[in-house]
Amino acid sequence: MTTPTLMPYDEALGRFEPVLGVETHVELGTASKMFCGCATTFGAAPNTQVCPVCLGLPGSLPVANAAAIEATIKIGLALNCSIAEWCRFARKNYFYPDMPKDFQISQYDEPLCFDGYLDVEVNGEVVRVGIERVHLEEDTGKSLHVGGATGRIHGADYSLVDYNRAGIPLVEIVTKPVEGTDRLAPEVARAYATELRELMRALGVSDVRMEEGSMRCDINVSLMPRGSSEWGTRTETKNVNSLRSIERAVRHEIERQAAILADGGTIIQETRHFHEDTGETTSGRSKEEAQDYRYFPEPDLVPIAPDRAWVEELRAGLPELPSVRRKRLRSEWGVSELDMQAMLNAGAVEPVEATIAAGATPADARKWWMGELARRANESGTPLAELAVTPAQVARVAALVAEGTLNDKLARQVLEGVLAGEGEPDEVVAARGLKIVGGDEELGAVIDQVIADNPDVADKIRSGKVAAAGALVGAVMKATRGQADAGRARELILEKLGAA
Amino acid sequence: MSLTRRTAAELGAMIASGEVSAVEVTQAHLDRIAEVDDKVHAFLHVATESALAQARDVDARRAAGEELGPLAGVPVAHKDIFTTADMPTTCGSKILEGWQPPYDATVTARLRAAGLVILGKTNLDEFAMGSSTDNSAFGPSHNPWDLTRVPGGSSGGSSAAVAAFEAPLSTGTDTGGSIRQPAAVTGIVGMKPTYGGSSRYGLVAFASSLDTPGPFARNVLDAALLHEAFSGHDPLDSTSIDQPVPPVVEAARQADVSGMRIGVVKEFSGEGYQPGVLARFQEACDLLESLGAKVVEVSCPSFTYALPAYYLIAPSEASSNLARFDAMRYGLRVGDDGTRSAEEVMALTRAAGFGPEVKRRIMLGTYALSSGYYDAYYGQAQKVRTLITRDFEAAYEQVDVLISPTTPTTAFRIGERADDPMAMYLADLCTIPSNLTGNAAISVPCGLADEDDLPVGLQIMAPVLGDDRCYRVGAAVEAALQSRWGAPLLDKAPAL
Repeated sequence: MTTPTLMPYDEALGRFEPVLGVETHVELGTASKMFCGCATTFGAAPNTQVCPVCLGLPGSLPVANAAAIEATIKIGLALNCSIAEWCRFARKNYFYPDMPKDFQISQYDEPLCFDGYLDVEVNGEVVRVGIERVHLEEDTGKSLHVGGATGRIHGADYSLVDYNRAGIPLVEIVTKPVEGTDRLAPEVARAYATELRELMRALGVSDVRMEEGSMRCDINVSLMPRGSSEWGTRTETKNVNSLRSIERAVRHEIERQAAILADGGTIIQETRHFHEDTGETTSGRSKEEAQDYRYFPEPDLVPIAPDRAWVEELRAGLPELPSVRRKRLRSEWGVSELDMQAMLNAGAVEPVEATIAAGATPADARKWWMGELARRANESGTPLAELAVTPAQVARVAALVAEGTLNDKLARQVLEGVLAGEGEPDEVVAARGLKIVGGDEELGAVIDQVIADNPDVADKIRSGKVAAAGALVGAVMKATRGQADAGRARELILEKLGAA
Repeated sequence: MSLTRRTAAELGAMIASGEVSAVEVTQAHLDRIAEVDDKVHAFLHVATESALAQARDVDARRAAGEELGPLAGVPVAHKDIFTTADMPTTCGSKILEGWQPPYDATVTARLRAAGLVILGKTNLDEFAMGSSTDNSAFGPSHNPWDLTRVPGGSSGGSSAAVAAFEAPLSTGTDTGGSIRQPAAVTGIVGMKPTYGGSSRYGLVAFASSLDTPGPFARNVLDAALLHEAFSGHDPLDSTSIDQPVPPVVEAARQADVSGMRIGVVKEFSGEGYQPGVLARFQEACDLLESLGAKVVEVSCPSFTYALPAYYLIAPSEASSNLARFDAMRYGLRVGDDGTRSAEEVMALTRAAGFGPEVKRRIMLGTYALSSGYYDAYYGQAQKVRTLITRDFEAAYEQVDVLISPTTPTTAFRIGERADDPMAMYLADLCTIPSNLTGNAAISVPCGLADEDDLPVGLQIMAPVLGDDRCYRVGAAVEAALQSRWGAPLLDKAPAL
């Protein structure tokens, strides 16, 4: 694999304007599959959640999952789409071992939802991303190609197929071409995917875990020379499995395509694969060898004609959408858009909200989740919300600090204990003996001893060198093995030495 | 009278009264199969053990005082396109040879639930594509009236089994005439119910929007009893109609056409129709008049486009439905020697496993659905379908049922049309319109053609969910003709 020539990003943006498109597949979190009653639990032993229908056995027939249709309509409504009055499923025909019927039941020219938009914020600016369509289809099985260098079917010694995933309801959300993002194209793509993920979570229709494949993005990028209004040839990049990768893939395609175009070359309309390790894309299947999918209306299913009153009921029942909610929380918590964005990216909004609900101040809640806990989540590679600590426990730790029982250092140790499964914060405090050295009286005795041990330093302070107090505070902390309130210790030291 | 000459209704009653056991009835038919099936070749699989076990079960339940249905203990031959958890299901194809499904089709399950004893699986044109059983990978079935002739198709094993007294009842599927045409050329009754009136779940799909399971019997009442036994709404089939089964048994018993308006489809006559067929059809029209019906001529101009439309729609759907036979999960696998890719194994398997007619239709359908051709072929064909529906609707404003010959000719010779697909396709000329619109239609015997002394069928078509009308008119014709002949038509068939 030769490393492609790239044009530096700034130069590329100076000469070309990018046009973006994103196709997102979201696995719905319905209890059963799209066209049969099989369970959809992730991670079950291979080929244990299958039946004649999702295995495509001869004679079997699909029956559409009403819950999946409802979820798709909710998604469409949340994306400001029109909902089709009448539409059909269609068969997409192609041969592949992980597709049990050798056709996929999808939707073609009659999507369930169409013509909407999603507003996303990038650097405080609102970008409106048009939504072309939202349609419903079934997922394929999952192939594991064993042997060979690439992990792809070509060159593999043999392949294994797990049909547990076959027939899981999949919603495809396709944007309209997004123009005018200019140099923010990578950020816009990422912000769109982030916002979409938040939206899916708020609707409760999917767990949208990119690392488990329950949300997958394909990125379309094309360039047009500055001053032109004619779109260039686009590439479609697959295998983009994280929000960060989305940003990197867009940037890479801009740099790669710009280099080719500047060199007088042409962009081939093709599918490309993103490589997480190198941040590059490589050529997949080109459109010349592209399949003719021979779409036609699925004769085994009846058309979907959502009742208008029901659609309005669903609209009325939509939860508060993430962007609205963030605006509300920002004003309630008094945080900047940037801080909110950071919390959003870290997955901290829900935990912070719950911690506040459990009694903590917004500042405290944010401090613990975005600080110590975010660090620990990063270290262990665990999503923040999945750390073994509850918002109520965090709120309790914050309360212990506020009432003076703990200092921040001790609080961190308590959280460590909670994460290690040592019990509730109060239990950890008791078991580890983590308590600030008592009240002023007890602390005062320690300070008196420290002043007596360090007469030189004490004299400096008496003569007005207040900064020297740090040394005595350090000595107090050492003497109490860190279990003292450093701030209070400093106050008492200054008081005792007449420097307050 | 031998048990195998009895009607299904009689056998059911005899078993119910204890006059004869289900085991005796089953054994009599198994004996008959052993005696004649090497000549007829109606069966691909005879399930001797499981049939006798089922019969014993019926006898035991009867003895225990359980209330059973009218067909409990009566044998049935089952077309080998319905899945059966305890028998192979081949669809007449090498590609599925030896495949044993893990599940029962809804029709299969309902046969069992009604206490019917499944004798075995019957021969068919591969994946129900054909009008002769010439296209079966396992050799053709033979017409009991003349063993050198076809028993029709695709459900030819089922028609032959009933006509040869190997079973009083059998199941079939009708996509373009695959029940009615075999019934007509073997002198028995065959009914295509309203599309969606009988479940397709577990019926291996040929053309999903057309396939319809239906019954064969030697008389109209028996057909109605079997129809009732396996029909009705099935939540596993989205295209199944959620309404009660029309009162078919009651209609078969009513057998009265006085005051009914009957339309003769003008377009189904003339060139290509055998004179003996037209003569018997005309007599049937006169007979209906004499029974008090009003017979009028009706024009359905779009019907002439039905055949070409059908040969775009059915192959298109088939090309997609048959894609799954790819050697990956079940059935035949060719060329898997460790050196070939999955794609090559798929191609080699499909080349070896499908017969020429199946390949022809897959190619036709793949072409018709291709990008750039879809609108001109599949799209146009769907429009024709709408026109035919309108013709039917207009006709049913004037009449209660429409009638025509079931097929333009009597049974042709085995192999005669094997190399001439167009001639073969013409066998379904009169039956196809009802498939395109989902209407109900039945074929009942109306005599023998003068030229060849072979059976002629009368087709009676009724609107969607008007299945009872088919039985009502069919039973009236049957009763009048039998009283004229003094015996059922099949009594004239030569002994095997």
